[in-house]
Amino acid sequence: MRTKNTILFSLISTFFLIFLISIWKILATLQGLSINSFNIEIIFIFGFLISLAHLGIGDRIKSIYKSIIFSSIFVFCDGYLIQKLPIWYNVGVFLIVYFFTNRISKYTFIGLKEEHSTQVILFDFLTLFGILFFSFVILFPFYMMLVTSFKTQIALLVNPLDFSINFGQDIKDLFKSYFVIFKSYKFGKYIVTSTIVSVGTVIITLLFAIPAAYAVARLNFFGKTFLSTSILIIYMFPAIVLVIPLYTIFSQLGLRNSIEGLLIVYTATTLPVAIYMLQGYFKSIPKELEEAAILDKLSWFGIITKIIIPLSIPAISSVALYVFMIAWNEFLFSLMFLDNPNSFTLSRAIQYLSGDAETPRQYLMAGSVVVTLPVLFIFVYFEKYLVSGLTAGSVKG
Amino acid sequence: MNDTLANTEKKTAYILTLPAVLLVFSIILFPIFANIWISFKEVELKDIRIPEPRAKKIVKSISDEPSKIKILYKLRNSSLIQEIRDVSFQDNFPKTFEIENLDPRCSYKKQNLKCEFGNWPAKYRENFQVVFKTNDGSKIDKKNLKSIKPKLEGKSDNILLNTNFTLKNFKKVLFENEFVDLLLTTFYYTFFGTVGSIIFGILTAQMVNQKFYGRTFMRSVLLFPYVAPVVALAYTWELLLDPNSGTLNSLLLNYQIIETPINLLGQKYIEISILGFDFKLRLALTTVIMFEIWRYFPLAFLFILARLQAIPKELYEAADVDGASPFQKFFNITLPQITAVISILFMIRFIWNFNKFEDVFLLTGGASGTRTLPINVYQQGFAISDIGMGSAVSIVIVVLLLMFMFFYFKLLGKRVDEN
Repeated sequence: MRTKNTILFSLISTFFLIFLISIWKILATLQGLSINSFNIEIIFIFGFLISLAHLGIGDRIKSIYKSIIFSSIFVFCDGYLIQKLPIWYNVGVFLIVYFFTNRISKYTFIGLKEEHSTQVILFDFLTLFGILFFSFVILFPFYMMLVTSFKTQIALLVNPLDFSINFGQDIKDLFKSYFVIFKSYKFGKYIVTSTIVSVGTVIITLLFAIPAAYAVARLNFFGKTFLSTSILIIYMFPAIVLVIPLYTIFSQLGLRNSIEGLLIVYTATTLPVAIYMLQGYFKSIPKELEEAAILDKLSWFGIITKIIIPLSIPAISSVALYVFMIAWNEFLFSLMFLDNPNSFTLSRAIQYLSGDAETPRQYLMAGSVVVTLPVLFIFVYFEKYLVSGLTAGSVKG
Repeated sequence: MNDTLANTEKKTAYILTLPAVLLVFSIILFPIFANIWISFKEVELKDIRIPEPRAKKIVKSISDEPSKIKILYKLRNSSLIQEIRDVSFQDNFPKTFEIENLDPRCSYKKQNLKCEFGNWPAKYRENFQVVFKTNDGSKIDKKNLKSIKPKLEGKSDNILLNTNFTLKNFKKVLFENEFVDLLLTTFYYTFFGTVGSIIFGILTAQMVNQKFYGRTFMRSVLLFPYVAPVVALAYTWELLLDPNSGTLNSLLLNYQIIETPINLLGQKYIEISILGFDFKLRLALTTVIMFEIWRYFPLAFLFILARLQAIPKELYEAADVDGASPFQKFFNITLPQITAVISILFMIRFIWNFNKFEDVFLLTGGASGTRTLPINVYQQGFAISDIGMGSAVSIVIVVLLLMFMFFYFKLLGKRVDEN
């Protein structure tokens, strides 16, 4: 049992180390270093030996010295295998192995004898592996988007794997793609259009949704249940089946290529979820407050503006942010309704840019960064509000 | 007294809900029904522009006669396919103007030139000319004359409003359009995209539900693909996967894992042999499904995490006392607790993946075996310009959707009864 557990532990931890080093090697390759092999066999042998040695030495050496010794040996051997690599790469390897040995330092021979210890180890390492794997898989495209926007076409042709950014160069050269898309491709204008459309959608949606949600939450009227169930069913109907009729109607009414047209459609598509989210919150507000207001002869307008809205600022912020995000990211309707470059939104402008095969990729990526950054910024900053919006409105996507 | 109160309440409720209801019904419900109408018609993109009578006004001075002026109207029917009936024409002139030659179709009264041109067939063009002279011999202001625009009116059929119906579109959709292939592709895309995103969601939720340093940050990062604009993400993936200079292929070539670049988004099939069995994998479709999973697993993650955090701690503590292993705990406690969330997620994601347009459109445009039903709506309606066909495909989508919903609610109802 002990031998089996020891071997399993060493294997699992070694695979984890291989994974760590491989990610580091990929990132280093993308900085222009010529690393042509992962040397998995060597890392496997080293990792296995380190794990075994760790268990064998146990508490005889303080764990910090143990980690430093193992890391130094590993870096020395790895550096010997792949020569002529800069210091920062080796420092990175050192830190990774140090992190790794620290991670395994809590496992001892005695611990391995316990019941389910292999499963516990597997579970622990799977979690660690998962965290790294998902961080890498998710952040890698975003990282590539950002670094590509700082490169030039020629540099990428010379070495398609060199994404290192030369911070020594002039600011103007570094941000050249951004200057170009703002100057030659009018991205400033598109940002304004996108902002107007998104903020406008938020305002109109709230103006329509708050009274409607209040009525659904509080008042008794014929057709109330029908209304609240149809809201959700309507919400499940996809945009793609609306496109053709709306396109024909908007063409005949001359609403294509206009901000008004987009505002109408965006508001209509986000209204159901806004009403649904708001009415749920309004129901949680104690009724006594309104009853007092009715005695004070406040009209429904007064009740909504003086009682309901001040009390539901969190819910309204969630809805506002969620609607903003939907309107800012929306692509299908802007593709269908806008074909005049003067009325493009950001998403449509980037798609238009990519339609020209001659457009250098760094411009495309710079545009992508410009459209992505505001959303990510808002998301990180207002995460609490947005997450509740996402869970409530997540039937959409 | 009570009755009037109830009445005012009702009235208020209608006033409050009316704007929202009207907007949603006119922009969402009406188009769904309009689809049915259009799908039974033969309409092309060019037919939906309403034909208009148009006139371009050209003012020409006549040499040697400064008190006379020639005005040329270039008249035309804007439509290439439809006629305009009973075209009438009106234009205004300054007080001092007198007409020289009056066309028999026209009359000139009170500085107002009126003409009845009758019917204009499709592509109709005419150069219509009038000559005026001033009665006081004063100089003519050409700019002012040009700035007055003539008014034209005419009647024409709106092809969308007539009652000629046909079943041709549906015949084409169901029998000529490789319909089975289309359905299968859509089904693969929807099913594997949904299942994949749920599996990833379970894994990540289980992961984030444990305590580790940087957990809140991890939670934000996991939601990035879902909140970022699809356009930016799709083009980034396209660049990463590009066969000529894409980062992925360059990396794989660099590490000598592959010898020739793989066109992940442009190749329909790839031959794979595992243990001597050769089979063909739909490569581009698989890549698109991967993108789909990558972009939407955060949603499953969010749902499942919320559910996991609501599971009572006592359950796990009791399991610990009984000496359960981590995997036993996962399969016997966690999984049964999240099945309800998973079935809801499955339905929601299935319906939405079934309708997903942007992702596939931006990545492949529907080429190399990735043509799904929503892509087909776009291709029929706007690439081939056959609005009627596009509508017919939309109707197919709506019918299938209603079927899914029906079956799902039936199944759900049964489950609830059993419990």
